[in-house]
Amino acid sequence: MTILANILVIFFISVGLIFIAVTAIGLFRLPDLYTRAHAASKSSTLGVMCILLGVFLHFWLNEGHFNPGILLGILFLFITGPVGAHIMSRSSYLAGVKPWKGTVRDDLKEEFERMKKEQGIK
Amino acid sequence: MKEMILMLALALFMVAIFLNLYRVIVGPSMPDRAIALDTIGVNLISAIAIVSIVLTTKAFLEAILILGILAFIGTIAFSKYIERGTIIERNRNN
Repeated sequence: MTILANILVIFFISVGLIFIAVTAIGLFRLPDLYTRAHAASKSSTLGVMCILLGVFLHFWLNEGHFNPGILLGILFLFITGPVGAHIMSRSSYLAGVKPWKGTVRDDLKEEFERMKKEQGIK
Repeated sequence: MKEMILMLALALFMVAIFLNLYRVIVGPSMPDRAIALDTIGVNLISAIAIVSIVLTTKAFLEAILILGILAFIGTIAFSKYIERGTIIERNRNN
């Protein structure tokens, strides 16, 4: 039973570590803000969820302590990580950060121009 | 085996936080820095979880939720500042 629990814990923590490493490399190498926000939101959310699930299983199966706070943390990170990245990249588009020069289509641009023309501001 | 994985995890968090600090320092625009700081917060959450396994204590587990909430509130406030220039708007009834 202990061996099985340790295998589960090590598996979840290793998967989380892989995703955290992918996040760091993506933030280091990708060319513009939107691709970096893509890397930072998705893979770091999944990585920290896997690590917290491994820690929760360790405290539950090895030490007999069921901690609902970690489950609440997993749920909260799952909800707020992508929402935070979405709001940040949308506000940076409205503030005028240009996409990478190899971007093929830009759907928000026409909507943004139309919105500016209707409101007559900026 | 498990202790080796945990120590490897802590070392990798250190490297990841240094890579994110590169993006915080170099990053060409302001939202880059905000996103990299958010990612540093996420790395700190998982580092706290690993440290609480290494020290075999449950005293640090409450800090996970608090750091998550603080990182989210910080990201929202900073994005509102970037978009509108203010964080809390005044009412426009007059």
